[in-house]
Amino acid sequence: MLAFLVSAIRLGMTFLLGSTGETIAEKSGHLNLGIPGVMCVGASCGCFAEYLYFSAVKTNIVPVLAVIIPIVAAFIGAAFMGLMFSFLTVTLRANQNVTGLAITTLGVGISNYMIDETSTIFTKGSKYFTASLPFADDLGWFGELFLSYGIFVYLAIAIALTTSFVLSKTKVGLHLRSVGENPATADAAGINVSRYRYVATCIGCGVAGLGGLSFIMDYLNGNWEYCIDAIGWLAIALVIFTVWKPNLAIIGSIIFGALYIASTYITGFGFAEKELFKMLPYIVTIIVLVFTSIRNKKDSQPPAALGLNYFREER
Amino acid sequence: MATVQKKQKTPLIHIVKRPQVAWYHSIIVRAVAIVAALAFSGIVITLLIGENPLEVYSSIFDGAFGTSRRIWNLLQSMAMLLCISLAVTPAFKMRFWNIGAEGQVLIGGLATVIVMMFLGDKLPLPLLFLVMTAASILAGIVWAFIPAFFKAMWNTNETLFTLMMNYVAIQLVAYFLKVFVKDGSGALRPMSEYGFPAIGDNQFILNIIIVAALTIAVYIYLKFSKQGYEISVVGESENTAKYIGINVKKVIIRTLIISGALCGIAGLLLVGGTNHTINVETAGGRGFTAIMVSWLAKFNPLYMVLTTFLIVFLEKGASQVSTDFRVPEDISNIITGIILLFIIGCEFFLQYKVVFRKTRKEND
Repeated sequence: MLAFLVSAIRLGMTFLLGSTGETIAEKSGHLNLGIPGVMCVGASCGCFAEYLYFSAVKTNIVPVLAVIIPIVAAFIGAAFMGLMFSFLTVTLRANQNVTGLAITTLGVGISNYMIDETSTIFTKGSKYFTASLPFADDLGWFGELFLSYGIFVYLAIAIALTTSFVLSKTKVGLHLRSVGENPATADAAGINVSRYRYVATCIGCGVAGLGGLSFIMDYLNGNWEYCIDAIGWLAIALVIFTVWKPNLAIIGSIIFGALYIASTYITGFGFAEKELFKMLPYIVTIIVLVFTSIRNKKDSQPPAALGLNYFREER
Repeated sequence: MATVQKKQKTPLIHIVKRPQVAWYHSIIVRAVAIVAALAFSGIVITLLIGENPLEVYSSIFDGAFGTSRRIWNLLQSMAMLLCISLAVTPAFKMRFWNIGAEGQVLIGGLATVIVMMFLGDKLPLPLLFLVMTAASILAGIVWAFIPAFFKAMWNTNETLFTLMMNYVAIQLVAYFLKVFVKDGSGALRPMSEYGFPAIGDNQFILNIIIVAALTIAVYIYLKFSKQGYEISVVGESENTAKYIGINVKKVIIRTLIISGALCGIAGLLLVGGTNHTINVETAGGRGFTAIMVSWLAKFNPLYMVLTTFLIVFLEKGASQVSTDFRVPEDISNIITGIILLFIIGCEFFLQYKVVFRKTRKEND
């Protein structure tokens, strides 16, 4: 049971980072369907940077650098994809759904190509990411449940809480939300709609890219697997599941993680039934989606201008 | 006090919407975009694999048209992608973002496989084909109807709903594969004896003919029928549609039923007419590519033939590049992604025009 929870939390952090990134973008009015591709790019850039770092220094590896270099690389690589997305949707006013899907195609291609060319095993680097606090083992179940994780779990929760705080309590967050709700009004109030959308999308993509890296380096202990895009779609689902609230997403992501791996931990089912079990996260999301739309409560709706581009001269 | 002349600040450039675009203009812009994209991806390939870009281009052509078998494969892939693109088009025209084509195709294919397995030896072939067709269409309709119903009744977000339905379909297929295939290999034996007949020597001709007929049918339906008109009115403005007495809910559900039925047919053709078996990769991401095909063609089924050609040509070409130069298969995704982004970007120059700041003389 404990192992199941720990595992669910570790996987959940990938969902959490992905969905926090998507939430930031969606709050600005960008429905970024490129997130799966962006997460792939984040993961591969991070792994690639680790590979370069290790081959550059050979033996004297500084643990702090071994963690920071991939994280920075993942963030920058993913943010660059976000820049591409915003250039097309904000500056060139292209359709967001189509652009997002194209970004996903490109991102999956780039990341798999990069990884094919280097290596698919990054266990050496992964050790630095999963290193936990030294006294965690001495504290029994408490230590294992709360303190046994690598840096990514704490980083993800910190990012989610910060995002939640910025969105709901600060002026920047208020401006960002107004851009997502009604860009014309925001523009009239003197808020630079384009700048907010650019920055929010790039930061959101960067955060989501970290999610991709956490999946490889933390959850899979450095073994590359070509399924990050499937995880990415679930991260988008998580945004709806948690009604655009990153602090709720902390719990939601753990639930998603648990549902995703439940089939491997539950005994007494055949192989076939386990496949049905893997449907759970998607079905739960559908139910939440239907439920929130029927209830039609004001604070659990998507941003009003989600998916719509803003052109000042078109009123 | 002297009145201070307030300095008016005009931005260097500003963007205005174009009223209308001449047909030659739109062709030129798109052609430039494709050429630019090809040039850019040529540079990328050269940087990645360090080969002469001209050789890479010739390898792309070789992969698409090299032998007559390759040409047939190209046509067959085009037919499959085109069929799914046709399916999503009526929904998109209505601004219903059905990104669940992947799942609708898979579930149609699954229905076909189930009919082949359980009725294959009980029914005469013509009747079997009829049952296969009915089952696949019905399955596709069910998969599209569910999100459409919730969209029509409670305005549930269809993009995310249909997306989730994809994975439910994938898991259903995975489940049935585990149930059907007892040996644990996970691969279902192709049931070629129940597949669609070959015309002449070629197995693909029938698929291609069916899709060609569907293309024309969808074109006529969207362009000349009353229902097609209703779809475009609902797409332009739901309020206008309500005002002129169109039952929007009915149109949404009806259009998605058509969309789902066409996806079911695509599943039928992929299983009954091509693979004679199914796996979770049978739709192979075409459901997503179809969205881009349809959008790039501006929802016009006849233009879609061109856009599917472009995309399938690149896919086939790029996979040839990857074998010729021993680089990962994923280069095809990179090239396709680049070209798509270029074409998506070029739409801007068709809809808007950039106006530079006029010289000061005019203002004074």
